[in-house]
Amino acid sequence: MKAVMMGTEAATMAVKLARVQVVSAYPITPQTVIVESLADIIGRGELKAKYLPVESEHTAMSSCMGASMAGARTFTATSSQGLAYMHEMLHFTAGERVPVVMVNCNRAMAPPWNLYCDHTDSLSQRDTGWIQYYCVDAQDVLDSILIAYAVAEQALLPVMINLDAFYLTHTSEPLDVPDQETVDLFLPPYRALNKLDVDDPKTFSIVCGADLFSSIKYKRQGDTLAVARLWDQVAERYNRHFNRLHPTVEAYRTEDADLCIIGIGTATGTMRLAVDRLREEGLKIGSLRLAMIRPFPREVLQRAIAKVKHVIVIDRDVSFGAEGIVAQEVKAGFFDRRGELRITGFVAGVGGNDMTVDTIIPMVRQAISGDGTAVEAGMSLWAEVLP
Amino acid sequence: MSEQIKGKRELFVPGHYGCPGCGATVAMKQTLSVLGEDTIVVMTAGCWSSLIGIYPYTCLTVPVVSVAFGATASVAAGIKAGLTCQGNHHTTVLAFAGDGGTFDIGFQPLSGVVERNDDILFICYDNEAYMNTGIQRSSATPAGGWTTTTPDSARKGQRKKNMVEIMAAHRIPYTATASIGAPEDLKAKLEKATHIKGSRFIHLYASCPTGWRHATELSIEVARQAVRSRVFPLYEVIDGDTWRLSPMPEKESVDAYLNHQGRFKKMSAEERDRLQKQVDDEWQCLLGKCQVPNRAG
Repeated sequence: MKAVMMGTEAATMAVKLARVQVVSAYPITPQTVIVESLADIIGRGELKAKYLPVESEHTAMSSCMGASMAGARTFTATSSQGLAYMHEMLHFTAGERVPVVMVNCNRAMAPPWNLYCDHTDSLSQRDTGWIQYYCVDAQDVLDSILIAYAVAEQALLPVMINLDAFYLTHTSEPLDVPDQETVDLFLPPYRALNKLDVDDPKTFSIVCGADLFSSIKYKRQGDTLAVARLWDQVAERYNRHFNRLHPTVEAYRTEDADLCIIGIGTATGTMRLAVDRLREEGLKIGSLRLAMIRPFPREVLQRAIAKVKHVIVIDRDVSFGAEGIVAQEVKAGFFDRRGELRITGFVAGVGGNDMTVDTIIPMVRQAISGDGTAVEAGMSLWAEVLP
Repeated sequence: MSEQIKGKRELFVPGHYGCPGCGATVAMKQTLSVLGEDTIVVMTAGCWSSLIGIYPYTCLTVPVVSVAFGATASVAAGIKAGLTCQGNHHTTVLAFAGDGGTFDIGFQPLSGVVERNDDILFICYDNEAYMNTGIQRSSATPAGGWTTTTPDSARKGQRKKNMVEIMAAHRIPYTATASIGAPEDLKAKLEKATHIKGSRFIHLYASCPTGWRHATELSIEVARQAVRSRVFPLYEVIDGDTWRLSPMPEKESVDAYLNHQGRFKKMSAEERDRLQKQVDDEWQCLLGKCQVPNRAG
């Protein structure tokens, strides 16, 4: 079925199609459309689920974890400060190995208060053990949430689906809504192997000594790393059902490229337009979207741009005292090619600065020539800084 | 109370890591003996998350999850929702937290859960300080009491937070105080609570010889002294508005309660008099709420 939806509406539709059983959520701009519409479809009985309208994000995640440990398929959504308030429970949920799926609407962290797009909120949660996926459009939102449940329930790890504030949460786009029967074939009901069950009593997450602790974390590290491949396998299965592919890494015109722009989120669509424009000038340039940041899809990324000589990473975020977070990740991913690959990092589009073709192209030119208006801060070049 | 009233297997088996004379272990033993096998326990940072055992050993044979500090009520509510949507309406989800996990860091989620009247039983085993981390003050610590963060040079001045009034103010179906020193009363209250749907809160007084500085064999006696002196009276609140006094023994002064506990030994005669007056006033206030005519004892 064809429809026109905002990213937030696509998320709600995916939750309905996934037959989620427990929703626990707390409102925050720009996520509110999701919690409001879920309350409504659950209230009207369109989705048979229990809705917990909780008093905070810490509780939203705690309740999702509890429901998931009881064997239910669960969902929550948040943004920015709300995600930060969940931080403790993000570690806990990943450590309990429960397949909670969450939408995070990427919004700037205060202070100063700002409601607009910025990736520092979720990227600063990258060490909590959650799988992190960054959407590019509304179709990607709907599809990736369904893929996320299949991946989460197989890997027993929680998945965070990230939507750029307003650019994606509040922009209406045409998309294809899959039919329920086919979704049910792709995503059967969740059957928890380890759960809180009075007929099979088990004890979860009590104190354990250093020897076993290390082994538990090592196992989780292996299982998390394996998700990079698992996601692409599940995405391929999704593609067979619905004829749409959502891989961990999407390369554009990189086959013969010497130069490649890398980013995450909606701006990667604009990066393609910038690539087209610069190609007309004869520049051998491509772009690459990192859909997945955790686990970091290192092998796929390395293969995708094996011949590129200069990478330009544009971060809508920063790790204070270091540089853009995606740039850090990319540099770590290409450490073994450090002698032959140049990597230039920009910080741009933070706090809702629009990232257009006309802001991307000057960054590319500055990366090549050294001349431009972006100013240095450590290893990054900052665009859009007032003189 | 040591026999299993419901259930076929022992739910609290030997091997806990608690201190000698630990009131919190008695609290769990008494609770599980009434609730039985059809119970999932959610615990949080606190004495119980340590004394349950170290993996792979546990002293409880019901399903248990030990969660982040403060998340007891919210995880319990999630578990109940998860069970309910799968058709399980019978299992009791027991949130079992200490006073820190209830009065302080767990306060906001608890308020949220009971305001929504989620169907959980929350029991606060109250030993009146952060005992697991080494006896630091909580908002449940009584005025005049010593702890490591209210040392003799700066003993606690503020009175204990009245958690039962706060829970009753949420108009939940059942709120009660209980004591490990009054097991028959606790049993009756637990049985009542298990037959009620919605949020149920029991404030369970659980003495701590390590933190209160009393002899380990006196744990039950000290709990009884708290009841007799009316420092910790026994009552229940139905639907947040109907207050009922539980069977109470003859009233005695606070002296015996204070004298047995090292944490109060620096209290002056003036402080003791002030405490006695507060206890007397609160007792009269409680009798008024319970619509019991004023009486001396």
